[in-house]
Amino acid sequence: MKKYDAIVIGAGHNGLTNAAYLAKAGLDVLVVEKNPYIGGATVSRELHEGWKYSNCSYVCSLLRPEIARDLELPRHGLQVQPYGGGVTFCRNGDHFLYYEDHERLYREIARHSKRDANAYDRYGADVIKQTRLIRPFLLRTPPDPSSFKPRDLMELRHLAKAFMELGEEGLADTLRFWTMSIGDYLDGYFETDVVKAHLAGSGIIGTALGVYSPGTAYVLLHHYMGDVDGNVGAWGFARGGMGAIANALAASLQSYGGEIRCAAEVTQIMVRNGKTTGVALANGDEVQADIVVSNLDPKRTFLNIMAESDLPADVVRKARNFKIRGSSGKLNIALDGLPTFNGLENVDTSMIGEMHFSDSLAHMERAYDDWKDETWSKEPYLDMLIPTQYDPTMAPPGKHMMTVFVQYAPPTIDGRDWTDEDRDNFGKTVIDTIANYSPNFKELILHAEVRSPRELENEVGLTEGNIFMGELTFDQLLFNRPFPGYAQYRGPVKGMYMCSSGTHPGGGVMAAPGANAAREILRDLKHPNIVPGAYADD
Amino acid sequence: MTDTAPANPGTAPRVLHTPFHSRTKVANKMERWEVWQGYNTAACYTDVELEYFAIRSNTGVFDLSPMVKYRIQGADAADYVDRLLTRNIRKLGTDRVAYVAICNDAGNVIDDGTLFRFADNEFRLCTQEHVLDWLLWSAEGFDVTVYDETADVAALAVQGPTSCQTLRRMGLDGLQELKPFGMAHYELEGIPLMVSRTGFTGDLGYELWLAPEHAETVWDRVFANTRQRTVRPIGSHALDLARIEAGFIAAGVDFVPAEQIVRNGRGRSPLELGLEWLVDFSKPVFNGRQALLQQRDKGPRYRLAKLSVEGNKPAEHAFIYCRGREVGTVTSAAWCPSAKSNFALASIKTPYGRERDPLKAEIYYMRELHWTRTMAKCEIVNEPVFNPPRRLQTPAPDA
Repeated sequence: MKKYDAIVIGAGHNGLTNAAYLAKAGLDVLVVEKNPYIGGATVSRELHEGWKYSNCSYVCSLLRPEIARDLELPRHGLQVQPYGGGVTFCRNGDHFLYYEDHERLYREIARHSKRDANAYDRYGADVIKQTRLIRPFLLRTPPDPSSFKPRDLMELRHLAKAFMELGEEGLADTLRFWTMSIGDYLDGYFETDVVKAHLAGSGIIGTALGVYSPGTAYVLLHHYMGDVDGNVGAWGFARGGMGAIANALAASLQSYGGEIRCAAEVTQIMVRNGKTTGVALANGDEVQADIVVSNLDPKRTFLNIMAESDLPADVVRKARNFKIRGSSGKLNIALDGLPTFNGLENVDTSMIGEMHFSDSLAHMERAYDDWKDETWSKEPYLDMLIPTQYDPTMAPPGKHMMTVFVQYAPPTIDGRDWTDEDRDNFGKTVIDTIANYSPNFKELILHAEVRSPRELENEVGLTEGNIFMGELTFDQLLFNRPFPGYAQYRGPVKGMYMCSSGTHPGGGVMAAPGANAAREILRDLKHPNIVPGAYADD
Repeated sequence: MTDTAPANPGTAPRVLHTPFHSRTKVANKMERWEVWQGYNTAACYTDVELEYFAIRSNTGVFDLSPMVKYRIQGADAADYVDRLLTRNIRKLGTDRVAYVAICNDAGNVIDDGTLFRFADNEFRLCTQEHVLDWLLWSAEGFDVTVYDETADVAALAVQGPTSCQTLRRMGLDGLQELKPFGMAHYELEGIPLMVSRTGFTGDLGYELWLAPEHAETVWDRVFANTRQRTVRPIGSHALDLARIEAGFIAAGVDFVPAEQIVRNGRGRSPLELGLEWLVDFSKPVFNGRQALLQQRDKGPRYRLAKLSVEGNKPAEHAFIYCRGREVGTVTSAAWCPSAKSNFALASIKTPYGRERDPLKAEIYYMRELHWTRTMAKCEIVNEPVFNPPRRLQTPAPDA
């Protein structure tokens, strides 16, 4: 059988990005994917005839524009369109509308509190300070702080310089921001429950933490540090669903001569004499390569498809202790028409991107209490969007598709695995929550895909259904992601690399881990670097 | 105003209209609107030059209702504003107005504005920016209430050499005796009207403050009984030209409001904006005092220079050089039609910007798609290039 230069395990967006760069550099690359389709969690599938869902990830902001441009994703069919604003419904019948337009947003916040409307400027400036600090590091390999290699020292110096440029106060704020809770952070700016609740969602999405858990302020930053066309913090839809990103990456990869093999599950990364030799597939095939890149999360990589005996005990221990907790679920719903929403009868809902139904931090914290009690939230936090208001390709004319991200959903229910009945009841909880604010919602439902952490784990391959492939807390970021000593994309075995969201800079459809890992691989091959650096923020 | 009564309950209005809207809408022949703090306001009613010369030669009338206004009252109101502001407010008499700066604790300017004293413990603070959050944080520990009264007060600036005459003809008897920065209270056909001798034009001028429900009546009265076109509504473009000529700074243009700053070091202190005269270090406590004291001793990082620029090309956004070294940038610039001066305000790194420094502005201008670059000599001027005696004369002249 043919021997490849490199095999990438998992055709998610990071695996495809990594492979595309290796192929572009001239390597003979094969991507193997366990599912019969590509995309991982960046996928659009038709589960109800005529409707395409973004089955997992559903909106786009973090995808590095440097990579999209460099790999010619637009030429390969990718189109990303920003969506405006959002709304949080209140239980008292009122709502809070988040507008992109600064003046209008001021007036809407002022409707709840003039003080908050003014404080939003300070909040916005403070958050932007933090995004400006982190954005330049997204396409850089984290330095190893214990190394004395010139490159690590240079990188450390670069990191220190960026911190010092913040000034004394900025430095203090940064440390606070990276460690504190989003609830505490927002309490420092705002007095209105619904304003705080609307903004806090970004601090908990994908995270098994509550709004008052330390570390959630950083998670908010993670959702703010992307951009659409330079508009930092903006989010958009990929036309045709998030699968359009994977499809464009795949087309780019193939244009450089790379190959993709679907329905090819890897059971083992083969290691001989401390070096990788290739992968063994579930069908018994073995594929040879000197380089094997895992796009699986660190737990699956080191504990499922590598033999513990091939690994340093330290790595096994770190992998076991890696924090990757299931916290969310997903509903994708085919609708017979556009639902109406209480209080928004006179509002153009195409102005509204995200819809939320949690009107206070206390409300959201209670949703987290259910997670701790090992059950799904009875009043869940929802991040709900109707992309077909913008995208004509995902549902028949006049029909709509709704994507609902749900938090919280624990990895197990009362100490046991999820059952189909649990999943259906979980879906019902979500649908009832939306129906409280939308009178005609239920009667419009034609089909719904309900995904609990069980489905996210089994179908997509995310351990516990954790969408970031590892919690985005400070203990697992930068040179500690996935674990200390292994943050530069190299595995503990020669020729073995990691490129998943479990590596720096973490989860979200960013493609940065895949690109950064490619840079390191090319470096080891003494191949000139072809992976772009970050655009400079002004 | 409409921001307290949204058209759809539960929905913020798309755009706000000032209490004069029914009149400004008719007057705005060019339909050139722009948004000022959410309000649709006229950029230009008919012709910017005509409007500018109304300010300098006759009377220009500017709807300044969107100006942000805070009412400050309570037993500790005087102590509060004295702590809040860098100026000594104890010296400000009742029915007097003071130009003031609001600093954060780092000594950077959050906004500049005007403070009106109605009584010992009752004030109005007018600002360009929303600053309520800072006002309320600063109010902790004081027996004071602070609230945004922007929508409750309509305001009209009446500016220019004939402004006093115009207003007297309208029935404001004795207005000529009002001193600069003084306030007077009138009743016009039963309408309570507060008049202050203040403005943003550097000329003789007044501002009228009234309840929004009387706005249309007062507008009509200002424009009644006047010789044709000697009283003109003016838009923001003409006003901006007048304020540059007068050497006044504007928030968001000549400095970035401190609470909105993202990049470290981009704030400016009063000492760096030519506003050291607003800072009274003899006060033992005020917001920003410690930082400003330190800066005074160490020397400010920047100075705001008034520049007379060689030639007639406005030095908008120009870099400023001193002996080939880039030392600053222009923040506001215009050819000033009354002063016949090419004037600029520039933020210059210290120690540059001293009187004898040979400064040059790098000016680019395009004519028919052709860019030309010129290095124009700049002379530092200490006085405003336009400062007519009538501005400060009492009794105010008729023309």
